[in-house]
Amino acid sequence: MAQSREEVVETMKDVLSSELGVDAGKVTADARFKEDLDADSLDLVEVVLALEEKFGIEIPDDEIAGVKTVGEAADLVIAKQNAAAS
Amino acid sequence: MTTRPPDEGEGPPGRVEAGATSGRGLEGRGLEGRTALVTGASGAIGRACAVALAGEGARVVVAYGSDEQGAQETAGLVKAAGAEAVLAQADLADPAAARQLLSAAGVAGVDVLVNNAGITRDGLLLRMRDQDFTDVLELNLVAAFRCTREAIRGMLRRRWGRVVSISSVVGLLGNPGQANYAASKAGLIGFTMSVAREVAQRGITVNVVAPGYVPSKLTDAMSEEAKQATLSAIPCGRLGTPEDIAAAVRFLASEDASYITGQVLAVDGGMAMGA
Repeated sequence: MAQSREEVVETMKDVLSSELGVDAGKVTADARFKEDLDADSLDLVEVVLALEEKFGIEIPDDEIAGVKTVGEAADLVIAKQNAAAS
Repeated sequence: MTTRPPDEGEGPPGRVEAGATSGRGLEGRGLEGRTALVTGASGAIGRACAVALAGEGARVVVAYGSDEQGAQETAGLVKAAGAEAVLAQADLADPAAARQLLSAAGVAGVDVLVNNAGITRDGLLLRMRDQDFTDVLELNLVAAFRCTREAIRGMLRRRWGRVVSISSVVGLLGNPGQANYAASKAGLIGFTMSVAREVAQRGITVNVVAPGYVPSKLTDAMSEEAKQATLSAIPCGRLGTPEDIAAAVRFLASEDASYITGQVLAVDGGMAMGA
């Protein structure tokens, strides 16, 4: 079942604070992974794996490349969920 | 050949000076609460590794392909060493095997992975079939890649892990008749160094142990001449024991080795030194 963008961002807060050990307060839709959350490439892979598990989706590598912010990642999750539902 | 844990005495001649015995002072319970997965644990080297890690207190997933009796024997020795043993059968030629083995480890995940399973399909290059080459690569290298990929997810989460892959002196020196085997064993080294760099900042070390000649059906079948020639190439003047190899694996899996990663530790009586 697809969730709202806010719900997905909320879930990502949990994932990011547990995977990256960042302060949940810093995880906003506008937060940039590299600059604001201090995430390196391996951190991003870990986040993607966690999101895939959490939401039961698959995110291909080439689609991850363009993602810079938490909000963009949430949009990608929602798009994948909708694609899986249709 | 039956193998015994270091403290049961009675081994091949030369065992008294072997690493297993001299290393006893290092033995502790440093891996208490951790889970180790050893592939090819029904064989002599895999068994010695499983027993050595059990001696450190690790719960051991005894992974095997077809030799159930050998695996049972290993599990018995793991238990005798005071640790839990989990038997797990999987054909590593099957891409799904790595996941099966990780499931067998349970929710605790795998903290120490020993990529030990291996096969040989010896033959001179001109007579080597594609299948002989790809089968050996698939089992010795690709399966190790898959097991490492699956195991490392949990290690990343826990910020602690040890991957030790068993290569061979043949991967460093080459050996006529083993182009496929040598390629797979050298491949493990490049693989290890790359993964070591990827995960070094996460408390995970990735290393290679490269055994020299250890008595096996293969060396038993060698002619007296061939045996002498082999021995003369080994500065220590004797073949290795499975326990010699396991002692190195136990060290690399320990907390003491946390600053050692991407390395190739040859346990070969000096055979490949400088290579």
